[in-house]
Amino acid sequence: MSSSVSTQPGEHHHAHHFSSAIAEFEACKQGMWIFLVTEVLFFSGMFLAYAVLRVFYPDMVHEAHHMLDWRLGALNTVVLLTSSLTMALAVSSAQRGNKERTVKMLAITLLCAFMFLIVKYIEYKAKWEHGTLPGHLFINEHLKLEKTPLFFSVYFVMTGIHGLHVIIGIGIIFHIMRRAARGDFSKDYFTPVEITGLYWHFVDLVWIYLFPLLYLIS
Amino acid sequence: MSNTAAAGHTLAHGDNYINHTPGIKSWLGTLDHKRIGMMYLYTILCFFLLGGIFALMIRWQLFSPDSHFVDHDKYNRLFTYHGAIMVFMVIIPLIPAAIGNFVLPMMLGAKDVAFPRWNLASYYVYLTGALFAASTLFLKGVDTGWTFYTPLSIRTQSSATWVLIGAFIMGFSSILTGLNFIVTIHKLRAPGLTWDRLPLFVWALYATSIIQVLATPVLAITLFLLILERTIGIGIFDPKLGGDPVLFQHFFWFYSHPAVYIMVLPGMGVISEIIPVFSRKPMFGYKAIAGATFGIALVSFVVWGHHLFVSGQSEFANFVFSLITMFVAVPTGVKVFSWLGTMYKGSIRFNVPMLYVFSFLFVFTIGGLTGVFLATVSVDVHLTDTYFVIAHFHYVMVGGTIFAFLGGLNYWFPKFSGKMYNETAGKIACLLVSLGFNVTFFPQFILGTLGMPRRYANYLPQFTTLNMVSTVGSWMIAAGLLLTAFYLWRALKNGKPAGDNPWGALTLEWQTPSPPPMENFLYDPVVTDGPYEYRGEKIKLGMYA
Amino acid sequence: MRRLLLGMIITMFGIELNARAATLPVAATDVAASWDSLYWFLIWLSLVFFVGIVVAMIVFAVKYRKDVNKKPKYIHGHTGLEVVWTVIPTILVLIIFAWGWAVYRDMIHPPADAMEVHVIGKQWSWQFSYSNGNTSVRDLYVPLNKPVKLIMSSEDVIHSMFIPNFRVKQDVVPGMYSHVWFESKVPGIHQIFCTEYCGTDHSAMLGRVIVLTAEQWKEWWSGKKIDVDSLPSDPSFPGYRANFLGEGLPADAAQAQGLSLAEKGKKLYETRTCSACHSTDGSAKVGPTFKGLYGSDVKLIDGTTVKADDNYIHESIVMPAAKVVDGFGPVSAMPMGLVTSEDEINQLVEFIKSLK
Repeated sequence: MSSSVSTQPGEHHHAHHFSSAIAEFEACKQGMWIFLVTEVLFFSGMFLAYAVLRVFYPDMVHEAHHMLDWRLGALNTVVLLTSSLTMALAVSSAQRGNKERTVKMLAITLLCAFMFLIVKYIEYKAKWEHGTLPGHLFINEHLKLEKTPLFFSVYFVMTGIHGLHVIIGIGIIFHIMRRAARGDFSKDYFTPVEITGLYWHFVDLVWIYLFPLLYLIS
Repeated sequence: MSNTAAAGHTLAHGDNYINHTPGIKSWLGTLDHKRIGMMYLYTILCFFLLGGIFALMIRWQLFSPDSHFVDHDKYNRLFTYHGAIMVFMVIIPLIPAAIGNFVLPMMLGAKDVAFPRWNLASYYVYLTGALFAASTLFLKGVDTGWTFYTPLSIRTQSSATWVLIGAFIMGFSSILTGLNFIVTIHKLRAPGLTWDRLPLFVWALYATSIIQVLATPVLAITLFLLILERTIGIGIFDPKLGGDPVLFQHFFWFYSHPAVYIMVLPGMGVISEIIPVFSRKPMFGYKAIAGATFGIALVSFVVWGHHLFVSGQSEFANFVFSLITMFVAVPTGVKVFSWLGTMYKGSIRFNVPMLYVFSFLFVFTIGGLTGVFLATVSVDVHLTDTYFVIAHFHYVMVGGTIFAFLGGLNYWFPKFSGKMYNETAGKIACLLVSLGFNVTFFPQFILGTLGMPRRYANYLPQFTTLNMVSTVGSWMIAAGLLLTAFYLWRALKNGKPAGDNPWGALTLEWQTPSPPPMENFLYDPVVTDGPYEYRGEKIKLGMYA
Repeated sequence: MRRLLLGMIITMFGIELNARAATLPVAATDVAASWDSLYWFLIWLSLVFFVGIVVAMIVFAVKYRKDVNKKPKYIHGHTGLEVVWTVIPTILVLIIFAWGWAVYRDMIHPPADAMEVHVIGKQWSWQFSYSNGNTSVRDLYVPLNKPVKLIMSSEDVIHSMFIPNFRVKQDVVPGMYSHVWFESKVPGIHQIFCTEYCGTDHSAMLGRVIVLTAEQWKEWWSGKKIDVDSLPSDPSFPGYRANFLGEGLPADAAQAQGLSLAEKGKKLYETRTCSACHSTDGSAKVGPTFKGLYGSDVKLIDGTTVKADDNYIHESIVMPAAKVVDGFGPVSAMPMGLVTSEDEINQLVEFIKSLK
């Protein structure tokens, strides 16, 4: 067995196939960036479907978007932007080895994420009551323009998949927070915090695009 | 780090990845890239067998024009399964996930891939997806064709949803493998292994991984939308609900055309490994081949529209896609010429892997040239959706990928197992497969130009003779493959020891015991030269070549 | 030497002629003939490359086989050679593209005076409607030496109209019209295949183009039955049989019913209350008038302009909200639920076309 891993007290045990902890950190970061590229392409398919819809049925999309409450959307934008800030602060505290502050910032991020979901729940509930649901589930009788269900199909698919990313994010952040509280991270080892941060910024970024495209159509 | 063994090695020559820890459990939970590669290999071969059986059944049905071997609905399921299994479960993962997993880290002088856990996860994700899709065999089957064109795939009463979910899941396995390989190639190269010293197989896997990472997510979202289309009718691809069925084709081919190169680039990489070793010459135009690999990968993203020449897309789109597609021919040609240039004034050995190279060059040239026919928009109008297309992509997919895989399997088998197989049996099998392949698929070019459409359960009687010939050919391929399975199995059981470097290759995976030890090398390798620098005594290496 | 070359060329020409008959259906249109020229150019060009590559491979394999007394040459490449084998194929593919595009233009642009026939694809048969009201199933009747344009749509899934003798093929997509045209120079029967997989009986979705001489055409047009069996059979596809069709579908033409397509459309216009909102005299009612609509430029509510072609009218009937005409309110659906079949839409389209 290779014994290139020499460990000193307090130092992170990097995986034996990396030459050093720095090499491992670099690799993990690069892996996360590549993963985010795949995410961009995954969402790009939905954005393309959205674009086709707007070109095909501009009037219908315009009418249907009034069913979305832009105030709630804006609130959620603020909530997510705040969480992005606290996430960035969590990463920088982790880099400085400030355990307490890292945990605190992660906790605020978590709080924001939950708040986002609560607002989203209020919005979804309203859709449920109005019957403005995707596809065959659509039962609203006030929206007169034909093909209106298409708009809500796209709305639910896009916000639904984004919401799923938020939920996954909550799971990861919670896990990272527990590890941080346990003292797993130090000035020399904060890879998980850093790449979780990358992921979370991406989730926020998607929302920054979704909000104007769905809620603010002129 | 140096060429000398690092302190602390306790590994004896004889302790290897196969016998290091015994028991099935130690395999199922392994993080070792070689074991994962072997698990992939065996699993994929099982599906290859299944897809092959479907192929034989298709050919049997088509032996006569009015065959009642299966009815129309069953026949439609046969070709759908054959296509879906061979594309999603066999050819896409075959070379990267099975051979690549084993060989890539060794070629780089690494102990493993960058993320071993994700590597194991990718295997189980693949297995889950594949079993999901295959489980529909016991339900109502699937009859959409492997391309899932809407609105047929929305309306069908078959179990299409489960197959879509299976393909969706398998996509993530593909993404994980691609991601892992890219990071591995960037971060885990041995000291001295600069980019211009990378073996061409690594270059090929690198380009493949980039395509996998960029294209597969689009397939994922496409399949996801189609699943929702079938379950709640979201309407994006359904003309009845205001959607656009041709939009689905654009989505689908945006992935599936690059996927063609996911399938064929690794094959080209294998060929690029075998030729210099068995010609005892450096690769002719190393940079041109590496560049051509990337050229093909790049162009592959902007040619998907050539699958839609008769779909009703605009004339302008046809103009652009036809023009760009033409340029695929150029880097492909560069590769073929460079391979020939490598043989020129070489010292050519006729071992089994090299015989597959000759077969590959023969059929791949036909596959490539007929690709130019289909890229020419007016010529494509008559030929598309006929047997000409079937013949063309089998010449590329089987002639390109499967022949390269068989060459690679015969090439690296001694490394995988430490054993040597019966070379005479290998040569006979190669001859059978190659002959059988041409007998099966060459008549299909003529059937296509004559006008026989694809996916026909019954056909007009004047197509009978050529179809009979084709069916006979399919039996020859089956015989060749069975023989291959047999001689490799025998070699595994009681083959002669192959030695560490039976072919006299210079890449790193051969500079370590066969089968390799748990962490690949007995010492940390340092690279001082290119991968094919055959000079002086190096030409005489290798006890089998 | 010259005689040898000449002999070679003659032999090759002979081989090509024989091979043409064995590997391609008859070329029954001018487009098909020019397609064949391009195709054979590609075949010969491919043969040159293929033979070159395979011969080089075999020669190298024999000449440079392992020989302990000879050392392989240590070379890494040859820039000049690499440039040559990059540049020459590039030029060649550009030539092929240009030629291919020229043939394609002829293939898809019909002459202005082409006779129009409406085609509906449905699982698993073809239905044809002619301007005089004639209809036929599976058998498409057309006049000899006259350009014919097919206006095609689908009732269910995607189909594809493929007539090998004419070298044309076009997908037939639900929700839109697609077109294909030809001018047959060979009287008699020509095979039709469906080439887009469309479900269970895809392989039985066959049909025939029946090309009639001027006299026969006149008879058929006026409603008389034509004895198809007495016509010249398809030179490329003699195997067409009635029993090959799916069961329960008439193989023969349904006959004329007196009214032309446009007249049938007029009837629909009157009986299905279209007239309540759309005038035929140029006055605006709830909806825009039909008079002079076809072929005009229509200004839409979002400021853009579209040309009122077949596809526009089709779309406006099925999805009126998709393109709303400037000055009219959006309608969610034509208040009819009435025009449900592609057949009836075709009739309405022809009626609107007739209101010049």
